[in-house]
Amino acid sequence: MRRPTRDQEDSARRINRRALFMGGCMAATIAVLGGRMRYLGVDQSDEFALLAEQNRVNIQLIPPARGLILDRNGKLIAGNEQNYRVVITREGAGDVQMVLNRLSHLIPLTQSDMTRVLKDVDRNASFVPIPVADRLSWEEFSRISVNAPALPGVTPGVGLSRVYPRDTDFAHVVGYVGPVSEKDLAGIENPDPLLHIPKFQIGKIGVEKWEEDDLRGSAGNRKIEVNHVGRVMRELERTEGQAGADLTLTLDADIQNFLQVRLGDQSAACIVMDVQNGDIIAAASAPSFDPNLFVRGISSADYTVLTENDHRPLANKVVQGAYPPGSTFKIVTALAALADGSIDVNTTVNCPGYLDYGGRKFHCWKSGGHGKVDLAHALEQSCDVFFYEVAQRVGIDKISAMGKTMGLGQRHDLPMSAISEGNLPTKEWKQQRYKQEWRIGDTINAAIGQGYVLATPLQLAVMTARVATGRLVVPRLIKAVGGVELPVAEAPPLGMETSQLDSVRSGMQAVVNGQHGTSFAARIVTDALQMAGKSGTAQVRNISASERETGVVGNTDLPWKQRDHALFVAFAPYDAPRYAVAVVVEHGMGGSAAAAPIARDALLRVQTGTLPDPKDYPDNQRTRIDTMLKELRLRNPDGTQPPDTRA
Amino acid sequence: MSFLEYRVKFSPSGFAKVLYVNWGLYLLITACAAIGWLMLYSISGGDIQMWAGPQMKRYGVGMILSLGICFTPIWFWRSMSGAAYALTFFLLLVVHFFGTVGMGAQRWIDLGFIRIQPSEFMKVSLIMVLATYYDWLDDRRVSRPLWVLIPVLLIIVPAVLVLMEPNLGTTLMLVIAGAAVMFAAGVSLWYFAAVVGLIGGAVAGIFLLRGTPWQLIHDYQYKRIDTFLDPSADPLGAGYNILQAKIALGSGGLTGKGFMQGTQSRLNFLPEKHTDFIFTTLGEEFGFIGAISLLALYTMILIFLLWAAIQNKDRFSSLMLIGLAANFFLYLAVNLAMVMGMAPVVGVPLPFLSYGGSATLVLLLAFGLAQSAIVHRLR
Repeated sequence: MRRPTRDQEDSARRINRRALFMGGCMAATIAVLGGRMRYLGVDQSDEFALLAEQNRVNIQLIPPARGLILDRNGKLIAGNEQNYRVVITREGAGDVQMVLNRLSHLIPLTQSDMTRVLKDVDRNASFVPIPVADRLSWEEFSRISVNAPALPGVTPGVGLSRVYPRDTDFAHVVGYVGPVSEKDLAGIENPDPLLHIPKFQIGKIGVEKWEEDDLRGSAGNRKIEVNHVGRVMRELERTEGQAGADLTLTLDADIQNFLQVRLGDQSAACIVMDVQNGDIIAAASAPSFDPNLFVRGISSADYTVLTENDHRPLANKVVQGAYPPGSTFKIVTALAALADGSIDVNTTVNCPGYLDYGGRKFHCWKSGGHGKVDLAHALEQSCDVFFYEVAQRVGIDKISAMGKTMGLGQRHDLPMSAISEGNLPTKEWKQQRYKQEWRIGDTINAAIGQGYVLATPLQLAVMTARVATGRLVVPRLIKAVGGVELPVAEAPPLGMETSQLDSVRSGMQAVVNGQHGTSFAARIVTDALQMAGKSGTAQVRNISASERETGVVGNTDLPWKQRDHALFVAFAPYDAPRYAVAVVVEHGMGGSAAAAPIARDALLRVQTGTLPDPKDYPDNQRTRIDTMLKELRLRNPDGTQPPDTRA
Repeated sequence: MSFLEYRVKFSPSGFAKVLYVNWGLYLLITACAAIGWLMLYSISGGDIQMWAGPQMKRYGVGMILSLGICFTPIWFWRSMSGAAYALTFFLLLVVHFFGTVGMGAQRWIDLGFIRIQPSEFMKVSLIMVLATYYDWLDDRRVSRPLWVLIPVLLIIVPAVLVLMEPNLGTTLMLVIAGAAVMFAAGVSLWYFAAVVGLIGGAVAGIFLLRGTPWQLIHDYQYKRIDTFLDPSADPLGAGYNILQAKIALGSGGLTGKGFMQGTQSRLNFLPEKHTDFIFTTLGEEFGFIGAISLLALYTMILIFLLWAAIQNKDRFSSLMLIGLAANFFLYLAVNLAMVMGMAPVVGVPLPFLSYGGSATLVLLLAFGLAQSAIVHRLR
């Protein structure tokens, strides 16, 4: 080693000095670093801890099971079914195309399905499950499960989906659910976070829509830990949601089915009400459609078939169809005149077959006229001239007011869609609507339920129930929510004199049971089940003077669309009213011929609780009725449809 | 203390050398490495095969090499420094023309069984060659321009090669560690003042003239500088790493989330969590206490090195020790500042903790040299 010299000793000192200086710089830097550690780890720790937690934890909603919809006896109308589906992940499958090819041997997969899956697989992270197929049958599902080893990355899964086991029977009342749309969301303030779940099903129409809040339930959630790309690592916490409340409707599934089948292919509606509490026992609208198609996403071909059908299967005619009530409205005219004092039970009017008013002739349906008639006979034989006359005495405003009292011209608050208000014209209404003076001819038309008067089958049933009981019966559809019965208050009295109501009721009794009654053929012969009613035949076109000269062209010769609507309202039993019914058969021609038999069948069905017995029908009809009843393709008690045995 | 007391009385030989090794220093670096193994084990989710195992093997091999260097006389290493520098420089050229591209940069030579990163080795070679140079150079000529130019070229030429890889972190470390040796060797402070002034002036010029007609660089270059300096302006891109690192460190709090409980690293939010950003996992799982403890270990290592430099009367040894201390300090300071969001992200590993062969090996070789200087110091 070289021996150190003095110079070297100096330089060694300088090295030491500078080394110490550098050490000082390092110490200062280290102090800064330590300070920073303290700042991050101690001073700012809470904030960063929160951020770390936000990084780590995601909250996922667990959709609740939708509440069931049951009939009054607990039979299932809308339920949830296991929806078997398969998903695929890229990381599990490896070769997605190959796995899909294998899958296509097990379940039907179209080329476009496969293209869609491949596209979705490419677009998402490798662990994201891509739905391949859903609504698989149990066999398909088990086939996939059995072959699982040959299908890497394919996971069979189960979800819940809405199902309507009695498909067409309740399509109109209950409606259907569908995936939530942008439009749905736009209409809701502070939407439930559930609604943001893709394809979450919400009620679109009917009870499903209007009782959505009860049916939906509340979401549960699970806190999950995710990694940097969002893959779920584990579940941290789970809060179960609250399943939707089950709804019990006032409807009776079997009676509903009976009516739906009874209406058959006709464009018609029939509603049955319990007059004591307003319970709607059945509300059938025909033709119907299968709501399950909508839940699954209806094809445009199927949808076109429904919209282009001139019998309008999508419309709920019970509440949506506003028809001229025809002669059924005479009940209102009569009550208005009685209440007003314009007539009494004994007032008679001479019917020569027409009423001459200022040179214009208003014809009675019976061209020969009824001669001298009082109220009871006028109702029984549906004499138009009698009501033309009394209507002029009462005036339209009082008739409309009575109509309102009887439940017409107003929206009854029921959880159904597109409920029509119908119409009760007044002088003021016409002035506002048409900027025209009310004419006496308008009153005459209105007196027999033509012209501006419109009513829905629901309103007509309410009217009948109110006449039958003398009380302000209010219709209701929901019997219980979540198993808790909704209270039903006794309806307050109408405020009509019993004698006046009795006279109308006995008139209605005579319509069906009197020898000259318009609907004598539709009578019930068993006294305890006796029906009282009123028929109506509503013109949908004007009859021209020339037609009247040459004789009215028979309805049967007209195209279907121009034929008269057939209406019938009834209640039974006559001496202790329990049920009210209203039937409208669009373009059914005669109320007595087309609508009254349906009303009779409905009332027999609801009163006896079983299929009508032919012995309750007049002798000469029993064979025909028996055949007709046997041919009805009713559901089995469990709700399944029997096989079609007809040729 | 007078000079005479420092005369060579004896230099240990044979097995006696074992007694003169600074075992405390080895213990400290092994403690750091052990923390590294723990963290690697934790980050891999308990899979020792993944990172911790290989890293321990490398440490073992490196330690054997380190001890070999340690027991070889320091004057032998001094005589080898020129050759080491030449060889490393040659390897840098090889990398430049034939190197393997990885992580967007050309840094490695792939020898099949091992991938080496010559720039890491250059850190030590450069310090050795500079120390040798100043040991040889007459003390009176240290500040003469010509004799200043030579070491400057020795630093700048490899630094430019490394910068072209590109590897900004290592470039900075080479330049600063080289400058530290020059500073310690006694180069006039005016040179340093001039360089600092020039760089400061250039930076100030670039920024002050921005937006004026006389601006020195293009707008897009300004934008790049902006993102580089302030990554938080781009939280999903360049800023993501830094933000996640800060979240990890901060969420650890005082005592941490516990071993293997760090959510940020286990759930992969942290980038480069086993290499450059390993400190974040330490901070997350062991909190401020864990982090400050590691800093204390590093500080003690630096004190040992600087104290050895001051104690050592051999000019080469002492300059080398200072250079190695500066180098070690730069590793940890740049890495910690970067991870804690105080400096832009440049690829500098955390000494003894970050997973990686070359850096660990070079550090162990460097500490072997330091130990050799300690063992063979003039007594």
